[in-house]
Amino acid sequence: MTYLDHAATTPILPEALEAYLAASGAVGNASSLHAAGRHARRRVEEAREQVAAALRARPSEVIFTAGGTESDNLAVKGVFWARRAADPARIRVVAGSVEHHAVLDAVGWLESHEGATVSWLPVDEVGRIAPDALAEVLDDDVALVTAMWANNEVGTVQPVAELAALAAARGVPYHADAVQAVGQLPVDFAGSGVAALTVSGHKLGGPVGVGALLLGRDIPCTPLLHGGGQERDVRSGTLDVPGIVAFATAVEISVKAQEAFACRVGALRDELIDRVRAAAPDAVLNGDPRDRLPGNAHFSFPGCEGDALLLLLDAAGIACSTGSACSAGVAQPSHVLLAMGADEDRARSSLRFTLGHTSTQADIDALVAALPGAIERARRAGLTKSTRR
Amino acid sequence: MRVLAAMSGGVDSAVAAARAADAGYDVTGVHLALSRNPQTYRSGARGCCTLEDARDARRAADVIGIPFYVWDLAERFHEDVVDDFVAEYAAGRTPNPCLRCNEKIKFAAVLDRALALGFDAVVTGHHARRDAHGRLRRSADPGKDQSYVLAVLTADQLAHSIFPLGDSTKAQVRAEAAARGLAVADKPDSHDICFIADGDTRGWLRSRLGEQPGDIVDGATGEVLGRHAGAYGYTVGQRKGLGLDRPAPDGKPRYVLSITPVSNTVTVGPAAALEVTTVYGDRPLWTGPSPVSVDVQLRAHGSVVPAQVTVSDGRLVAELARPVRGVAAGQAIVGYQPDPDGDIVLGSATISHATSLAGVA
Ligand SMILES: Cc1ncc(COP(=O)(O)O)c(C=O)c1O
Repeated sequence: MTYLDHAATTPILPEALEAYLAASGAVGNASSLHAAGRHARRRVEEAREQVAAALRARPSEVIFTAGGTESDNLAVKGVFWARRAADPARIRVVAGSVEHHAVLDAVGWLESHEGATVSWLPVDEVGRIAPDALAEVLDDDVALVTAMWANNEVGTVQPVAELAALAAARGVPYHADAVQAVGQLPVDFAGSGVAALTVSGHKLGGPVGVGALLLGRDIPCTPLLHGGGQERDVRSGTLDVPGIVAFATAVEISVKAQEAFACRVGALRDELIDRVRAAAPDAVLNGDPRDRLPGNAHFSFPGCEGDALLLLLDAAGIACSTGSACSAGVAQPSHVLLAMGADEDRARSSLRFTLGHTSTQADIDALVAALPGAIERARRAGLTKSTRR
Repeated sequence: MRVLAAMSGGVDSAVAAARAADAGYDVTGVHLALSRNPQTYRSGARGCCTLEDARDARRAADVIGIPFYVWDLAERFHEDVVDDFVAEYAAGRTPNPCLRCNEKIKFAAVLDRALALGFDAVVTGHHARRDAHGRLRRSADPGKDQSYVLAVLTADQLAHSIFPLGDSTKAQVRAEAAARGLAVADKPDSHDICFIADGDTRGWLRSRLGEQPGDIVDGATGEVLGRHAGAYGYTVGQRKGLGLDRPAPDGKPRYVLSITPVSNTVTVGPAAALEVTTVYGDRPLWTGPSPVSVDVQLRAHGSVVPAQVTVSDGRLVAELARPVRGVAAGQAIVGYQPDPDGDIVLGSATISHATSLAGVA
């Protein structure tokens, strides 16, 4: 199989798997007071320090969660609730328009159920937020700003430091979903000026279902999950020791390897783009041509439906993605591409190829071999839309 | 040969896909998402359009061991089947949406896309046979036969269709599903119209077309007998739900004889006035000779009647050997040549109107 869908999930690192298996053999609830409990707790705290060191945060700023979706929901809802509770005038959420659904829908829910007003930050044709757009909407009624570090569909990197500085100047907490960024780009929590940052294990070589929210010490946050208060009273639930240990291992390794990864995978990705363009001269590269995730290549293939291309490539043993959200497996035109000004046809004709730590040149060879035939067929299928009416 | 199996989430299409895989075809399963909002279509085990049905189809594909995708045909389905259904009722006719779905969606939009993508045929779980000469025949299970709703397919569409269940009864299909470990083995059959969630067609049409009050008149005297809230709520041959408080002079039940959209009237009368002897059809698709003596079927699951059929100038005329009651415009007339190996479909047309020898109705 040619796996070109690392942004969906990437293979677990052998070291992370080993750490997981080793930790899962031991009994002990990290909240228990006896020796077994203390041992489990020690593993968690070591993991917390590992994550904090890798991402330049303080250990007390690391809140372990069950993954990116939970971290995003906790940051968006929790910070909104806490900030509104402190001052009822703060009812505005400022959010990027190309966010992952874990942020997008959490913000939408605050609007529909909590009386929030939302300012969606527009993006330009490469998917980038202009800092001026944020400056314009920042006001005393803003509860929080949330805008991602790098986009999961088109790979565009946002000017996070600039955006976060604008928010900080107005005393507004800034949350960045960095699920796709960690391990691919340098991510420095303290240096970036963000108040909250989402990390997910399975995008960087850790297990699925574990992640973290880095949350500044002084950032108020109301819990989503009530219970034992295990994580700073902001997050409850018995700690998943093996998951957390494996996650921390993967964070440490992927952050250490980030520069080399960006270099090697970025070069492979550039080759992929060049060879796809040679094979399909009318393919349009979406996203920022320079300032993008090293593993991301995202194209529109005019006249084709992404769905059809995916099916044909899948049949040829190549795994990729239309990059858009699914309901019952039905692809909707991507809100990211629509926000970038693409029309529905271009949005529906898009396909995402994402490389990761196991990618090789053979993957690109296989893709480029299968692509022209798939495009030709998908194009024919695209034409049938209007026939036999 | 690469084939695309349309999988509704029901037992028939699951077994059809499994048989195609056993027969050595390279099978890909596809579930057609037909609802704009999957939650609103018929829920539970009865339909083919819910999220649960999509999941059932996916699980069947897993068990069979074939790739599986969901294709979004909600827009096409809405335009070609749902809107058409409403427009037909508004025009005083009685459409068959399953037939329209076969004609416009399964064996048109889906088949065209499949062929373009490099598939050679579409596999469905319809109970019907395609013989060695490419002709459509009735299923071995007369109670489940679906050749009527497939009779609108052209020879070209049929040539790219595979119906693996034609020689089996429904009971055999269910037993085979159970033996194959398919969870849908005892899932109830779908009934009625998949896009009308509660089965209340009249209420559904009212919400689309609004109340359109008009008269219910006596076919013989022209006398106004009552009022209706919308002529689209009535079907030729209908007896129940007329809401007339005055009985007929002879005390016999009254039936809907015809619907006239222009004057928004529903005409009623005695059973005898429902009888027709000549049926006219539009848009004929006829592969048999003409004129010819055949059996014709005038509604889904209806019985057949011998007739002399003539097809010329884009029109079909059937002289029935005996009078038939309750022939509704908009339904299909399908011609069959009786045959012990399954009656052979000779062609079809859409019923435009019907007349009796006396020239009424
Ligand atoms: C940008 C982004 N945020 C959030 C998530 C959700 O993370 P998880 O799968 O860990 O819930 C994803 C993964 O799809 C993502 O790409």
